Amino acid sequence: MNAKTSKRLNMKERYRIMTRDLGWEPSYQRYEDIFPQEGFEGIKITDWDQWEDPFRLTMDNYWKFQAEKERKLYAIFDAVSQNNGQMKISDPRYLNAVKLFITAVTPLEYNAYKGYARVGRQFGGVGARIACQMQSIDELRHTQTQIHAMSHYNKYFGGMHDFPHMFDRVWYLSVPKSFFEDASTAGPFEFLTAISFSFEYVLTNLLFLPFMSGAAYNGDMNTVTFGFSAQSDEARHMTLGLEIIKFILEQHEDNVPIVQQWLDKWLWRGYRLLSIVGMMMDYMLPNKVMSWAEAWTMYYEEAGGALFKELERYGIRPPKYADQTVIGKDHVSHQAWFIFYQYGHATAFNTWVPTAQEMDWLSEKYPDTFDRLYRPRFELLAEKAARGERFYNDALPQLCQVCQIPLAITEPDDDTLLSHRDTVHDGERYHFCSDGCRDIFHHEPEKYVQAWLPVHQILQGNCGGADMEKVIGDYYRIEMGEDNLDFEGSAEQRRWAAWKQAV
Amino acid sequence: MSVEIKTAEITPIRQTYGHTKRRFGDKPATRYQEASFDIQPTTNFHYRPMFDEHHELYDTGYTALVMEDWYAFSDPRQFYYGAWVAARAKLQENTESSFAFFEKRGLGARLNDDVRRLLTRCLLPLRHAEMGANMNNVGIAANAYGTTLSQAHMYHGMDRLAVAQYLSRIGLLIDESPGALLAEAKTLWMEEAAWQGVRRYVEDSLVVEDWAELSLAQNLIFDGLLYPFLLESLDARLMEIDGGDIAILTDFMGDWFKDGSRFIDALFKTLAGESEANRVQLTRWVAHWRSRAVEALTPVAIDADIELDAALAVLDKRLAKLGLLETH
Repeated sequence: MNAKTSKRLNMKERYRIMTRDLGWEPSYQRYEDIFPQEGFEGIKITDWDQWEDPFRLTMDNYWKFQAEKERKLYAIFDAVSQNNGQMKISDPRYLNAVKLFITAVTPLEYNAYKGYARVGRQFGGVGARIACQMQSIDELRHTQTQIHAMSHYNKYFGGMHDFPHMFDRVWYLSVPKSFFEDASTAGPFEFLTAISFSFEYVLTNLLFLPFMSGAAYNGDMNTVTFGFSAQSDEARHMTLGLEIIKFILEQHEDNVPIVQQWLDKWLWRGYRLLSIVGMMMDYMLPNKVMSWAEAWTMYYEEAGGALFKELERYGIRPPKYADQTVIGKDHVSHQAWFIFYQYGHATAFNTWVPTAQEMDWLSEKYPDTFDRLYRPRFELLAEKAARGERFYNDALPQLCQVCQIPLAITEPDDDTLLSHRDTVHDGERYHFCSDGCRDIFHHEPEKYVQAWLPVHQILQGNCGGADMEKVIGDYYRIEMGEDNLDFEGSAEQRRWAAWKQAV
Repeated sequence: MSVEIKTAEITPIRQTYGHTKRRFGDKPATRYQEASFDIQPTTNFHYRPMFDEHHELYDTGYTALVMEDWYAFSDPRQFYYGAWVAARAKLQENTESSFAFFEKRGLGARLNDDVRRLLTRCLLPLRHAEMGANMNNVGIAANAYGTTLSQAHMYHGMDRLAVAQYLSRIGLLIDESPGALLAEAKTLWMEEAAWQGVRRYVEDSLVVEDWAELSLAQNLIFDGLLYPFLLESLDARLMEIDGGDIAILTDFMGDWFKDGSRFIDALFKTLAGESEANRVQLTRWVAHWRSRAVEALTPVAIDADIELDAALAVLDKRLAKLGLLETH
């Protein structure tokens, strides 16, 4: 850096010269033609100069820091590959969390890369544009380092081999896919509210960290090293999330109700999506980090509560239906695992009944619900499996039109009754899992009627015909007996036992 | 003699991901291959974009060009994020030591007024053009179909932000009251007659909707004329007026341009090589944007008392090699 000039220019002024001073007022083309997406959501921006840069990073420093992080990360990947690092994992059932991650989360990182590239071009404010561009390349980094982190495991375990293909087709992956595409097809301000604020700022500790901590607790060196390496990127993304929300709210009071509606929508959307993380934490990690209910209490109710308190001065109230998430935290992971267990022939990972010891842990973590509602169910399933009648459900479930999760989640005020809502729009009846999802539909029916619902598509013959084995094998590319079914008796279990003899 | 470390032999059940295997065969893949090919979502999109209901979220129709396989393009530099950032960190390190050298020797203070004036009038306004290049390439990354095409433009776009920032640093470094020359250069960019052609070209490029046309207008034509002009002609002119030391600061632009040109040449070679229809379309765009770029840069060259011909010859040679120059 130039010592002489930095004496005369302070850091803030210097950064201004390196970023927003590069922009100019166009006169040969109209502003709204250069930035055509900025206006259509109704968000009023009176002055982009009010944008506070959430981090001040010039490209030279970005390259320097990131290259150093990449160098260290890839050194670990190489070491794991050289030393059969996959055999250091706690229990082969853990790998199923990795399979879920690469099929459900890695493609979201890719969508984030593309989405931030779009917004990083579309915002009229230079400072906001550059912050989004940096997040865009970070998201590309995460996509690619995750692919490389799991590349080694893919050579030894099932379920990861066709993640992009599966993401576009497999029934449960339409939950994360539709979630992100909902954000990506929205305007730039809603995209940032959805992903930067609701997802990255409010919920990141409930998505990113459970997977990374799960990796740390279960001997997965590649994933946990990726997690540490991505931590400083995530911290930057969180500051962008907070800045965007404050910026929009401070720009104009007319923005407040629009943002409020987005916060209501995206908390509920995010909460439903995180059902799969809850299930991963409570059921798929052999060495547990914490329960889903504990995580929700700590990261949403406590941390999120304080945050929404802070936003009150802008006229923002806590998201609608937040109280239902608090009731649901004691149920959702159990109900989700039961869904996957019964459709375990159509999943790209193994499923199982928790061991007796694991059920005791669940009883302890869920004193009000597990023994009363879920233990009897899993004990019955275990008995049936022991008799050679492992339960698979061949009937296709009704999916929620918005979150696309099967309607197998209970009512907030009656945990013995499945929650089911419906509405008629343009002569067609649509089904929902909850009031939250039905509200989202009502606000933009023209968007949600377009949803690609996996079950409807199968029944319409768009997924390779009427034969479910063909749908699963040919259309999904889930290899029967290799990628799916119960862990007990699986190819995965057999191979692991044989490899353990060798190392 | 070789030293052999024994590790337990565990036979893998596959060599790489399924999509990578289908494209490159059943063998261990490179990191570039695994991170770049066939990873973009391709089907079963849920909702049409609210900002563009005529397209899918990822759509081949954001350009008039047609490719049977959008992954036919492969970056000759094999840049995935890690490889790109490593290469750029090296460039950054070299540039940093050049800047430090320039400063340590107090070379900025030794510049004569003619040199400072030429840089202000001819080089510093380009930091705004580089911002335009940043926006264009990032926009292409958002719209282009397939990861190999998209990511190469994204890296190219971030590179342009870096170039704009380095140009700003040059402006600060040669300035006795830092910020003043950059402000003067910005006024030229906004108001000076000689610069209005370039500014108009850049603003017009910002509203081009077809990403392939935009990449051509920005990366092949405009840069293909501008950079040889800066690196050869302006450099020679600076030598004449005793400003050769500036090359220490602008050297990175030569390295960067050479590296980026490998990508751009491969891109247009692939696009044009696909079909006669693509070649015809590209040739038409070339004819349009080439004459506009010449028109835009000529007053800047005249103002600096430099001929544009040498740079144009470099561009034309490159276009001819790509088979995109109309010869009638």
